[in-house]
Amino acid sequence: MARRENPEINAGSMADIAFLLLIFFLVTTTMNVDSGVSKKLAEKPPKDYVPPIIKKKNIFEVNLNFKNELQVEGERMEIKDLKEAAKAFIDNGGGVGKIVEGVVSGPCDYCKGERLDESSDHPNKAVISVLSDRGTEYGVYLKVQNELLRAYSELRNRLAKERYGVTYTELEEAYKNARDNESLKRKVEDIKKAYPQIISDAEPTSAN
Amino acid sequence: MSKFRKKKKGMPAVNTAALPDIVFMLLFFFMVTTTMRETDLKIENPRLPTATEVKKLEHKSLVSTIYVGKSNTPEKHGTGYNRIQLNDKIASSEDVPAFIINARTKVSEAEVPFMTTSIKADRESNVGTITDIRLKLRDVNALKISYSAGKGE
Repeated sequence: MARRENPEINAGSMADIAFLLLIFFLVTTTMNVDSGVSKKLAEKPPKDYVPPIIKKKNIFEVNLNFKNELQVEGERMEIKDLKEAAKAFIDNGGGVGKIVEGVVSGPCDYCKGERLDESSDHPNKAVISVLSDRGTEYGVYLKVQNELLRAYSELRNRLAKERYGVTYTELEEAYKNARDNESLKRKVEDIKKAYPQIISDAEPTSAN
Repeated sequence: MSKFRKKKKGMPAVNTAALPDIVFMLLFFFMVTTTMRETDLKIENPRLPTATEVKKLEHKSLVSTIYVGKSNTPEKHGTGYNRIQLNDKIASSEDVPAFIINARTKVSEAEVPFMTTSIKADRESNVGTITDIRLKLRDVNALKISYSAGKGE
C-alpha cells in the first residue's frame, strides 16, 4: 500500500469558535476599575467613653444643611473656597503640637501659616469636624470631603517637595511599588505624621 | 502575441488562515483586562459623584460593594434615591452587618483587616442613608470604606 500523507485537519471553523468565546467574554465581563475616596472609620467608642476636650480654636467646623448650603466656622462659604480655608487652618501653626509617642513636637517649624492665636496650634492638633444634615445630598457631601482631602494632600505635597524633592503623591506611588523599601517607608511616615488627616464626621442632624 | 493574452481568472479567495489568530488575540485581551460581572443591579445605575482625590481599589476579592440609589421597581420599593442593595436584593441598613460577616467567611482570617467596603451611591442619595450604613459598618468593625467616585472635577 502506498503511504498516504496525514490529511490536514480542517481549521475553518476555528475562527467561529473563537468568536463565540470572544462574544461570551464581552457580554459577561465588565471593564470598569472601581475607584473612590477611601476613608478609615473611627472604632466604636466604649460606652463610658468621654471624648477629650479640644480647644475651640483647634476645631474647624464645617456644616452642611439640608439645602446643601455650606457653613464654615459660622460663616457661609462656597465649596470652591473651602480648600484654601482648610489649608490656612491646618497650616496655621499658632502654638505647640501635642506629644506624639513621648516626643514633644513643639511649635510647627514647617508650617507656613499666619500663626494666628485664634486658629489651630499645630497640624497634629487641628481637627476638622464635618456636620451634615440627614437630608444633605451625598454628592455635595462627598465634594466637601474631597476638598478637605485636597487641602491635606496639597500641604503634604509641599512638605515632601521641600524635604525630599518629590511630591507626596509620587512618594506614595513609589512606596506602593516597593513595599520593602525602608527609606521610602520612613519618608512616607514622616510626611504623614507632619500632616495627619484628622477629619471627624459628627452624627448628622435631622431637619424634622 | 499569446504572451499578452489576459488570463481568465476569478477573484482569488482571501486567505483567512490568520483570522482565528486575530480573534484569539482579541479574546485573550478581553479575558485579561476585564472582570466578571458579579451582581445584577436592582437599582438604577448610580450616577457616581466625581472627586479628585480618588484611589483605585485593589484586590477585588477583598472588596464588598453596597449600592445605594433609586429602585428599578418603584411600585415595589417606592421611589427616592435611598434604596440599599446588598448582593442581589434590596435590603435595609439593618442587613448590613450580616452582609459583611457573610463576606468575611469567604476570605482567610489574615486578610480580614484589609477588607474594604465600597459604597456606590447615587449623587442624589441622602447623607442620612450613608450614615446609617456607616454606623452599621462600625458596629461590625468594618472600618475601611471607599466612597466610590469617578475621577474628575
